Amino acid sequence: MTQPIANCPNCGAKVIFRWSSSVQTVCQYCKSILVRTDIDLKKVGQVADLPPDSSPIQIGTEGVYNRQAFVAVGRIIYEYDQGTWNEWHLVMNNGSAWLSDAQDEYVVTFAVQGRKLPAQCKVGQSYTWDSEEYTVTTITKAHYRGVEGELPFQYWNKDDVVFVDLLSTTGNFATIDYGGDTPALYLGKVVEFDELNLKNLRKFEGWS
Amino acid sequence: MSTSGPTPPGAPQVRSLNCPGCGAAITLRSLSQAVTVVCDHCHSILDAQDPGLTILQKFKAAVDEDLPLIPLGTRGKIRGTDYEAVGFQRRTIRVDGIPYSWHEYVLFNPYKGFRYLTEYNGHWNDTSILRSLPTINSDASPPTVSYLGETYKHFQTATAGTGFVLGEFPWQVRVGESSDVSEYISPPRVISSERTGKEITWSMGEYISGRDVWKAFGLQGNPPESVGVYENQPSPLSTDTTTIWIVFAGLMIVLLLILIGVASSARNEQVFEENYAFNTNARGEASFVTDVFELKGRTSDLVLKTTSGVNNNWLYLNYALINQDTGQAYDFGREVSYYHGYDEDGSWSEGSVEDSVAVPNVPPGKYYLRVEPESDVGHGTIYYSIAARRDVPQMSFFGLAILALLLPAGLITWRSINFEHLRWAESDYGSTGSDDDDSDDAGRPMSLGNLFDQGIDE
Repeated sequence: MTQPIANCPNCGAKVIFRWSSSVQTVCQYCKSILVRTDIDLKKVGQVADLPPDSSPIQIGTEGVYNRQAFVAVGRIIYEYDQGTWNEWHLVMNNGSAWLSDAQDEYVVTFAVQGRKLPAQCKVGQSYTWDSEEYTVTTITKAHYRGVEGELPFQYWNKDDVVFVDLLSTTGNFATIDYGGDTPALYLGKVVEFDELNLKNLRKFEGWS
Repeated sequence: MSTSGPTPPGAPQVRSLNCPGCGAAITLRSLSQAVTVVCDHCHSILDAQDPGLTILQKFKAAVDEDLPLIPLGTRGKIRGTDYEAVGFQRRTIRVDGIPYSWHEYVLFNPYKGFRYLTEYNGHWNDTSILRSLPTINSDASPPTVSYLGETYKHFQTATAGTGFVLGEFPWQVRVGESSDVSEYISPPRVISSERTGKEITWSMGEYISGRDVWKAFGLQGNPPESVGVYENQPSPLSTDTTTIWIVFAGLMIVLLLILIGVASSARNEQVFEENYAFNTNARGEASFVTDVFELKGRTSDLVLKTTSGVNNNWLYLNYALINQDTGQAYDFGREVSYYHGYDEDGSWSEGSVEDSVAVPNVPPGKYYLRVEPESDVGHGTIYYSIAARRDVPQMSFFGLAILALLLPAGLITWRSINFEHLRWAESDYGSTGSDDDDSDDAGRPMSLGNLFDQGIDE
């Protein structure tokens, strides 16, 4: 993993990329949202104060999924009626994955392309992708709340996003992101905290 | 290497806030994971996600209306992980108009999230949210769900209302709200589906004893005694009586082998036989002694067989088996009597011309018999023979052994059936309602059908 270094166009601070393919990052000092161009970094926005957050995961948290090591390099924070949740951007040897953490319930997913997706769906409906049947369990109207660290695409200044979560009977998980121009499908698994073998976690006062 | 930048967020810690309703201190133990928090002083339900703790609902309750058995803030170890009790609620269902209430404790660990303990009448369950969907088979009777290869039978469907809340909840809790709860059991586990609005949440509970809860949380005193049989309570005997019968069959085979061994190793040897005549008309001493016979081999039984040509009369023999060398005597009396005749019901008979008795544990040695016959006077001469067999395998012992094995197996099976009966008596399929007349009991089993058939519409 290379670590190209650049300077923040807003405050001049050093900006380190932990992943060479990152498209966007946030300056750790001035919280400017920076997008990579061919020659340098361009400021496209500013992260407002983030809500209080008690995810045990942080940028730099390492773990293992399916015998592949990963490190969390960035995240998108969403707000919904149960509070906030994080979509942690994981970097593995062969690309990106996402670790969603909502109230300490963990799901690892990978973006998949070329699957047929419904324009809209209802709770209880079932869909089959890659010969696995998924049933819609929740439809969440979420509100983009902020970003941190490196992301594999430009993502800022979003508004309301609808997420559809689906589960299979074997523990496979799917989520359809209706936030973009076309719906995007992510497939993965619901995971137990201990399965991920996480290191470099946040510490909680009074807890070990 | 610093990973979180020059302005790292401080370590998350328990937040202390004040209730906007009464000013009392509010602690947020589950950090920012709490969605609602209840002021235990004025019973306001507050929006825990709002820094100003907006009041969402107020409910009336005495301060000590329902005290959690596990005080909120207490930590305990469940399956090796520390959890803190952060929330508490009382929920109630009504079955045939009778309210049944149970308590739910919300447990929190900042890494592993939420887990729940439920308590009903001293019965506890350790509950967590399912990670995958169970498969529902609503055509079965009772309907079942399958999860990780295990089948769970439908037990009950009811509407559960929240009556009292304390502490923190990772969802929007309100007093007075209700959800449809269906429970499927495979003791010691239970799978529950909870439907609120358009969402269904599946969870799994596992039965644990109050004693284990007390130990896990280091609570003082004793847990409340459990009352009755709970839906997913494992049978204290054995949930699987087939195992008992397999063991029984195994022991029977062992017994049979012992029987064959004993029968084949026994000498079963005739050691004495003699014919006698007893003149009932004669007066005077009738007793006599036999010739000496030798009992060889190990200490074992001696079977004495008396055969007599009695015909509508009786012969009583006072026996003594006497060791010639030691003088040790085994005294016993035997009667041979045989009566028969004919009356309005047909022919009848009573008794037998034969009698057999086993004298147990006779050591080897030289023995003789002293015999003293008795009968009614004036019946002429009664002929009889005495035969003795040494080391005869005793089948009655095996009969007793079979009985001794059959009795506990049967008893356990019966008690287990009884336990299952008590368990299911509390279900939608219990004898109090659905058995006798389905039409006036449409409320319960029907509601399950509705849950599956209607689907979920927005």
